Amino acid sequence: MKRFAISRKTLGIPYLLWLIVFVAAPLLVIVFYAFTNGQGLFSLRNLSGFFTDPNTLGTLGYSIVIAVISTLVCLLIAYPTAYFLAHSKIKSKAVIIFIFVVPMWINFSLRISALKEVLTLIEGNLAMYPFLNAIIGMTYDFLPFMILPIYNTLINLDQSYVEAARDLGANSAMAFFKVTLPLSLPGIISGVSMVFLPAMTNYVVLDMLYNSTYIMGSLIGSYFSAYNWHGGSMISLILLAIIFVFTLATGKQGDTNDQMKGGAIL
Amino acid sequence: MKKSCKKFLPILAAALVISVIMSLAGNVNVRADDENGQEQVILRVSNWEEYIDEGNWDEEETIDLESGDIIGEAPMIDDFEEWYLETYGIRVKVEYSCFGTNEDLYNSLSIGDVFDLVCPSEYMFMKLMTEGALQPFSDEFFDEEDEFNYYTNGVSPFIRDIFDSHEINGEPWSKYAAGYMWGITGIVYNPEEMTAQEASSWNVLADPKFRKKITIKDNVRDSYFVAVGAVKHDLLTSEEFLSAPDYRERLEEEMNDVSDETMAKALQFLKAAKDNVYSFETELGKADMMTGKIVANYQWSGDAVYTLDQADEDDFTLEFAVPEEASNIYFDGWVMLKKGIEEDSAKQHAAEAFINFISRPDNVIRNMYYGGYTSVISGGEDERIFEYADWCYGAEEDEEDTEEYDIGYFFEEEEDRGSGEYVITAPADQVYRQLFSQYPSEEAIGHTAIMVNFDNETTEKINQMWINVRCFSILDTPVWVWIVCGVIIVLAVLLVIRRLRKKY
Repeated sequence: MKRFAISRKTLGIPYLLWLIVFVAAPLLVIVFYAFTNGQGLFSLRNLSGFFTDPNTLGTLGYSIVIAVISTLVCLLIAYPTAYFLAHSKIKSKAVIIFIFVVPMWINFSLRISALKEVLTLIEGNLAMYPFLNAIIGMTYDFLPFMILPIYNTLINLDQSYVEAARDLGANSAMAFFKVTLPLSLPGIISGVSMVFLPAMTNYVVLDMLYNSTYIMGSLIGSYFSAYNWHGGSMISLILLAIIFVFTLATGKQGDTNDQMKGGAIL
Repeated sequence: MKKSCKKFLPILAAALVISVIMSLAGNVNVRADDENGQEQVILRVSNWEEYIDEGNWDEEETIDLESGDIIGEAPMIDDFEEWYLETYGIRVKVEYSCFGTNEDLYNSLSIGDVFDLVCPSEYMFMKLMTEGALQPFSDEFFDEEDEFNYYTNGVSPFIRDIFDSHEINGEPWSKYAAGYMWGITGIVYNPEEMTAQEASSWNVLADPKFRKKITIKDNVRDSYFVAVGAVKHDLLTSEEFLSAPDYRERLEEEMNDVSDETMAKALQFLKAAKDNVYSFETELGKADMMTGKIVANYQWSGDAVYTLDQADEDDFTLEFAVPEEASNIYFDGWVMLKKGIEEDSAKQHAAEAFINFISRPDNVIRNMYYGGYTSVISGGEDERIFEYADWCYGAEEDEEDTEEYDIGYFFEEEEDRGSGEYVITAPADQVYRQLFSQYPSEEAIGHTAIMVNFDNETTEKINQMWINVRCFSILDTPVWVWIVCGVIIVLAVLLVIRRLRKKY
């Protein structure tokens, strides 16, 4: 028994090493750079600089607006789709899921290039609608991340709850809003966190769809390419803090449920 | 900076150790013996991508000049190794690599990569010169008697004067740098949509008439130059300024102006341009231009030649214009790095011979044909490079609508200019097209300025300006957005209060 326990621990060593070298160490470097100045001395200038510069604050706001709207659009498209999938009579649901996962196997920039051509056909001059393009691009890119967790919670939802609600006199709309929707909340939260955070930073979508305004990701990149490691690290750290707060706020629901299965498929 | 990192972070120390070991490992290799036990010099060269002939041409691609055919059979690098062995009896092995941007090259040098010979743009070799990282050329390199000194004997007098007259810390560029390719910046435009007049001012980038129909370069140096040209339009085009005896010096001064006032105006211009242009691009502009998505793009002359050529193949006519305010003249130049050469005279000889070999007129033509860029070499006594320009752009004998295009400024010593010896009789439209992009007219050249390497403080300032251009400023937020945000926050607070009341 004891030997088994040890061998199980040793199984974790490769990941531990990975964690130290590629996650913990770079994080330390980021923290170090974020709180030092060009001379290598401790400094809070990067932190105060971020919150006093209208441009960085504006970028944060712009990124949040893009992320919120993209997430809402994703949710509005994904929930009905997932609901339909979960309740459809089609036997092999794997096939349907497959349809949503297969696009993910195609290289991301290739997909965005294709989207670019399609949008050019529809819009004429693509550069006229930079904000709309950003939303469409983000939605296009992250939709599967929203559908799968919601689908997963819906399919695992015990139908007897809904039946009980109907038996007790709820009509189908009431049953949905009082039973199904609250019970699928963990899936929604998981989907939202998988879409919202990347949408704040995925600047390649904006670049390729001719939106020349920076979001958080491009801002970090521009600091780095200007050799300002300190400013860039601080912004990365602030993003990390936002993610942390976001995860804490949604963590309660997230822990108890199995919606992570959706992520596992991806 | 590195010192303090070491103190705090063993990780960085480890990275340092690894890079030191790697660079040492690189150095051990400097002079290896080849399999026959013969001594061999290793030359580590780094250059831009697709910037040197790779050989394997089709028969059909042969350039049949009157003085003989030119064709690239083997890669230029292999030809050099062979030539060096034949000429000097010493084996040389070129380890050739490529870099993507000047900044990439600089970063790779600063983390410990070692090269002997690299080819950055002028501002980057100026920076390297300032830092004392470069090895000066030997006296033999400048010896005009040596027939193998193709660079010294072949470099265009026009380029030679620029390299001699521009100094860093009291030393001329030419002491450390040998030119390779050069060009100017301008605007590629579609003559059906835009007039030559409109394309000849940088202000067109912010012109609402061409809203979302022009692209601009996605880097701060190129964009800043344009912005300065646009905001100083009135001064730069004034009669008084143009006729000043020290016009060229003053133009260079004005175009490199980084005063707070100019920078603030440039910021305003670039913000306006950002809303007006189709996109900020580096490579995509060429394709967007050819597919007709845009009507004009800010372009380097070498890429302009390429774009115009490609468009011609699709029966689509584009032209190239150089704005009247000023155009940026740029050079890529070969420099030797002290860290690589390490006072090894055999290595330095090989490096200098490499520059000379690719400056031999037939090799110059191969590289120009391959990349589309214009070499700094005019050939000296050798007429083949002019012959090549004529071969490319000269009119057929039966052509009626032709124009005389004089590029003597590039091929002749100053005192011989106007001899009429270097005039190409070209189809009339070439004067605005490939020929003009390849060898801009003397008049256009008269309005060019070099963009210097800014010191660290200025670089930081200008980079910050660029970030400010690209960011959305919170101060620009429309009122309704604030109202919407306020409403959402109030609703959220009310919701939370209601929930809490229910609970307790």
